[in-house]
Amino acid sequence: MSLLEVDGIEVRYGAIKALKGVSFEVNEGEIVALLGANGAGKTTTQKTVSGMLRPSLGEIRYDGKRIDGTPAHELISLGICHVPEGRHVFPRMTVNENLEMGAFRFKRPDDKLQAHVLDLFPRLRERIKQQAGTLSGGEQQMLAIGRALMGKPRLLLLDEPSMGLAPLIVKQIFDIVREINNDGVTVLLVEQNASQALALANRGYVLETGEIVLTGTGRELLADDRVRAAYLGEEIAS
Amino acid sequence: MTDFLNYLILGLTRGSMYALIALGYTLVYGVLQLINFAHSEVFMSGAFGSYIIIHAVVGDGKSLPWFGVPLVFILGLGSGALTGAVIAWSLERVAYRPLRRRGAPKLAFLISAIGMSFFLSQLAGKLFNRFTNNQFPTYFQQNRRVLSIAGADVSVIQLTLIVTAVLMMLFLDRLVSGTKLGRSIRGVAEDAPTAALMGINIDKTISRTFIIGGALGGAAGFLFGTAFTFSNIMGFLPGVKAFAAAVLGGIGNIRGAMIGGLLLGVVENLVPTAPWNGHAWIGIGWTDVVAFVVLVLVLVVRPSGILGERLGRAA
Repeated sequence: MSLLEVDGIEVRYGAIKALKGVSFEVNEGEIVALLGANGAGKTTTQKTVSGMLRPSLGEIRYDGKRIDGTPAHELISLGICHVPEGRHVFPRMTVNENLEMGAFRFKRPDDKLQAHVLDLFPRLRERIKQQAGTLSGGEQQMLAIGRALMGKPRLLLLDEPSMGLAPLIVKQIFDIVREINNDGVTVLLVEQNASQALALANRGYVLETGEIVLTGTGRELLADDRVRAAYLGEEIAS
Repeated sequence: MTDFLNYLILGLTRGSMYALIALGYTLVYGVLQLINFAHSEVFMSGAFGSYIIIHAVVGDGKSLPWFGVPLVFILGLGSGALTGAVIAWSLERVAYRPLRRRGAPKLAFLISAIGMSFFLSQLAGKLFNRFTNNQFPTYFQQNRRVLSIAGADVSVIQLTLIVTAVLMMLFLDRLVSGTKLGRSIRGVAEDAPTAALMGINIDKTISRTFIIGGALGGAAGFLFGTAFTFSNIMGFLPGVKAFAAAVLGGIGNIRGAMIGGLLLGVVENLVPTAPWNGHAWIGIGWTDVVAFVVLVLVLVVRPSGILGERLGRAA
């Protein structure tokens, strides 16, 4: 059985339909990538899964139970942790406090887990008492991921972790995502950086204006002419 | 010199009241980006609530033994805080939450706040009375001299008031910086949708913020009532001054509200009474003018207040 089943969801912003019946699934232990251009509905899909948005139609099942319409602050106790687009660290809290915020659903933050997170991101250890707003973009992304890990995710939602970062940092972050996945965390990744996302993902879905237009394994999609043309910027002679 | 110290002490007394009320404005602004203009009535309700409870428990207190006064003081502080908390909580439930649910524009919140302010003030006038100078039992007002600095007297009630206010502010500071509840309030203030992703219930956090701000304001109502007088319209001027103090310190910033309140109280009492050619320079009738001129001057130099950071959400 899939860990996450999204079944024909529609999401509206007022009169505009952002998602027009999106269906996909994520199996336990997988990394699944959602690809697409700006405005295709990737972030909307992810926000709907994490409870920030409510679908007007369709169902979302997690671990066999319906979760659509459940508010975000309750979903995290099921182990769904969302690293939102644009990182959204708490700028006036220290790195340490941000990590504690990630563990808010527990009575106390897990010290061993925190040590593990800081081993994954040694830069954060150096800046543990610094205000998060003073960190660089890459460090903030690391903090946002580290903060989500403090909530002990079973399903980690990552929204554009590579956005605005230098290629070297992007590689580091993708390596760490693989490591997190090896530890048994299922990952639903939203990316515009298609080549790197597909190299990492087991499977991918391509969204276009609120609909899924293509699906396949990471390798299949990487080889697909349409994907290459649309997202990898390659000229295809036709 | 004696006058200077007397006015300094008066300034600190009033300033600590402003600071306590300003905290309510600034806390709510932090989580909702809303000026809760009905907060002045939360302050007023604290005075009436504590008066009613003290009256019910000890009557006029004529036969109170000496050690009874501190007990009554604690009772008054507690019942003032409780009344303030209940009123502030209800206010959020009745006047703000329904608007938030419907995604109303900011202007609707403002009108709702002003409406609630009038409603509460007039309700208190109707229910109790419209005398402008109700007084707590006289034992709070004894101007017993406790210490004398260069001829300036500090009365028991002034000292108690300043010390109590400062203790409450220290407690709040610890609460906000060092506890899980405080972290949830700061989280909602900095980035509410992300705080929800961490498992924080935004509605509950907002309610708790109103309760904390209301308790401080209600306690201030009791303290103010013991040192001065109280009435159904007592909230207006201290409310406006405290709002000014919160803006002065940097709205949304807790330490800013404390500093702004104390500063405003001291300045508005010292500046108009500063001697010049043997009499007061500006004159005590200008107290309120001086307070707001100072506000304007500070904002011209630092538009976001003394400790204010840039307004709006940081990225």
